[in-house]
Amino acid sequence: MTGVEPYMFSNLGTLLLLAGIGFTARVVRRNRLWREAATSLWRRRRLALCVLGVYFAIALLDSVAWKGGVPVDAVGVLPNAPYSIVDRIFLGTVEASYSAPFASVEFYGGSSLRNPGTHPLGTDIIGRDVLYMALKGARVALLIGGLTSLIAIPLALLFGVGAGYFGGRFDDFVFFLISTLASMPGFLLLIALIMAMGRGTLSVCVALGVTSWVGFCRLSRAETLKLRELDYVRAARVLGVSEPGIIFRHILPNLAHLIVITFVLMFSGLVLSEAVLSWLGIGVDGSWGQMIDGARDELSREPIVWWNIAAAGTALFTLILSVNAVGDAVRDVLDPRTQGDAP
Amino acid sequence: MGAYVLRRLGYGVGVMMGVLFLLFVMFFAVTDPDDIARKALGEKVPPAVIEQWKTNHGYDRPLWPWQDLDDNLLFDHYRRMLTFDFGLSDADDSPIIERIREGMGPSLSLTVPLLVLGLLVSIPLSLLVAFFRETYIDRMGVFLCVLAMSVSTLLYIIGAQFLIGKMLRWFPISGFDSDLMLLPRFLALPLLVGIVSGIGSDVRFYRTAFIEESSRDFVRTARAKGASEVRIMTRHVLRNALIPILTQVVLAIPFLFTGSLLLESFFGIPGLGGVMVDAIQSNDFSTLRTMVFIGSLLFVIGQIATDLSYGLVDPRVRFK
Repeated sequence: MTGVEPYMFSNLGTLLLLAGIGFTARVVRRNRLWREAATSLWRRRRLALCVLGVYFAIALLDSVAWKGGVPVDAVGVLPNAPYSIVDRIFLGTVEASYSAPFASVEFYGGSSLRNPGTHPLGTDIIGRDVLYMALKGARVALLIGGLTSLIAIPLALLFGVGAGYFGGRFDDFVFFLISTLASMPGFLLLIALIMAMGRGTLSVCVALGVTSWVGFCRLSRAETLKLRELDYVRAARVLGVSEPGIIFRHILPNLAHLIVITFVLMFSGLVLSEAVLSWLGIGVDGSWGQMIDGARDELSREPIVWWNIAAAGTALFTLILSVNAVGDAVRDVLDPRTQGDAP
Repeated sequence: MGAYVLRRLGYGVGVMMGVLFLLFVMFFAVTDPDDIARKALGEKVPPAVIEQWKTNHGYDRPLWPWQDLDDNLLFDHYRRMLTFDFGLSDADDSPIIERIREGMGPSLSLTVPLLVLGLLVSIPLSLLVAFFRETYIDRMGVFLCVLAMSVSTLLYIIGAQFLIGKMLRWFPISGFDSDLMLLPRFLALPLLVGIVSGIGSDVRFYRTAFIEESSRDFVRTARAKGASEVRIMTRHVLRNALIPILTQVVLAIPFLFTGSLLLESFFGIPGLGGVMVDAIQSNDFSTLRTMVFIGSLLFVIGQIATDLSYGLVDPRVRFK
């Protein structure tokens, strides 16, 4: 088998991500301020950080995929498709129809299951394991939040820092662009962008990115305006440090805490928006939003099929709650303005 | 003051021009009229039918001014939007303006009570939380807010419909009636869901505003002269904190007209949110375009109104 396939990008992306995390960890460990912030964050939100770690681990296990080594005779298993570690755990446990959690017979029809007792959260209408789908959603959710931030934050920094530092015509242009984008009803703009670009993970992330960079752009512009008048920046200019040198050495490091705060606070909003997009039929495949949307009508069955929506809802809620809790703590730890404010 | 108003209006017009240009790029340059026609009519239609459809909708011209200065889609798009001549829906050829006019009433009958009731619930609650700041009640309140914020609106809606509508049978699951006697029964559930889903972020925002005000000098002065805590909270803190709250409320008013996407379509209210959902599901680009335009226009007007009303509420603000 030759040729580049999507799963290879996923593997490569995982590798890059781990390398990036290792590098960040090194920087944090070397710098006293960041190290203290990290310890303080860990002391305040131990549980929430652990939960996020579990989500992240599941997403990583689902991102590394390879071919081969699968039982060929199992139901619904394609021998030549790449499977991730999470896929391999649940491989071949597809049923014919609904089963309740831990059931040994099918929900409708009453015939016994192929894999009785192996579906701790039951199965959905076409017999897929609910736990499996809920676990798969972790990667999608983290991808939506992460990829979108990767688009939105650099975009906001580019325009915000540029406008704040250079001022003049470019500042006028950026300010006009920001006011224009901010005047369009956010959710409608988001939908319109996805409709115009077509559906798919990347276009959803780009659309979410385009609609969510404005706030941080405004913030970084205002902050840069303040920073460039500070004495040490002026001193650097007098000493003949080049413009890029000033921006990368003296401006950006002073925006780092805002980048971290924005990233964490933005994350939950992005994942929640995707849930609504899924309901409109323009979301990302395999997300919890799609699971909730698909399971919505099942509540009106008799007997009620509730485990579907409960699993997706709990997974989504737990992630968002942890991110929100960590986000508040991150803001308290890093933002000098809220130092010493309520927990 | 007069010069300021004029400048502010001028900037508003400029922003609307920018909005219209972005809309043009999204809906004509990225998805060109042939795409729209094919999505509306189907993939396998003879070219003649597509040309006929484009003529009916006014899409049968070159896109950009440099292709044809007198007759191009860009100028036509500006002219039609600015004269409120929105044309026909791409999906079913009905006039868009009619659907907007029909949808406005039901939308407002949901969103106006939602805004008013939401304020009536969240302002007293946040005042209470701010009153007990840095105690257990405050910490509990903030925690509950974060909890409430972490639930997807989809789940609130589905949960309420299932629990209150289906199991308890208190209110109809969905529906709408223009009869004023029957309307409250249908609106009860969407209103409840709307208030509960917004309460977390609202209470937190207002709490911050209240706490910020209560560390001001005039509050300390009031306390020093012996005013009771309750009097300080209502007379000094509440009245001053109303300025940021007012900004929020005024900026929310434009969106009352465009309705609520989720609530309307889940609860079967024939408003503008429902029009939007229909437009998305049937690839109705012209309706989508019109709705974004109207939403932006109302927002820009609202923003100008907020800026000007600051001067009326807050005597410290001077226009330059």
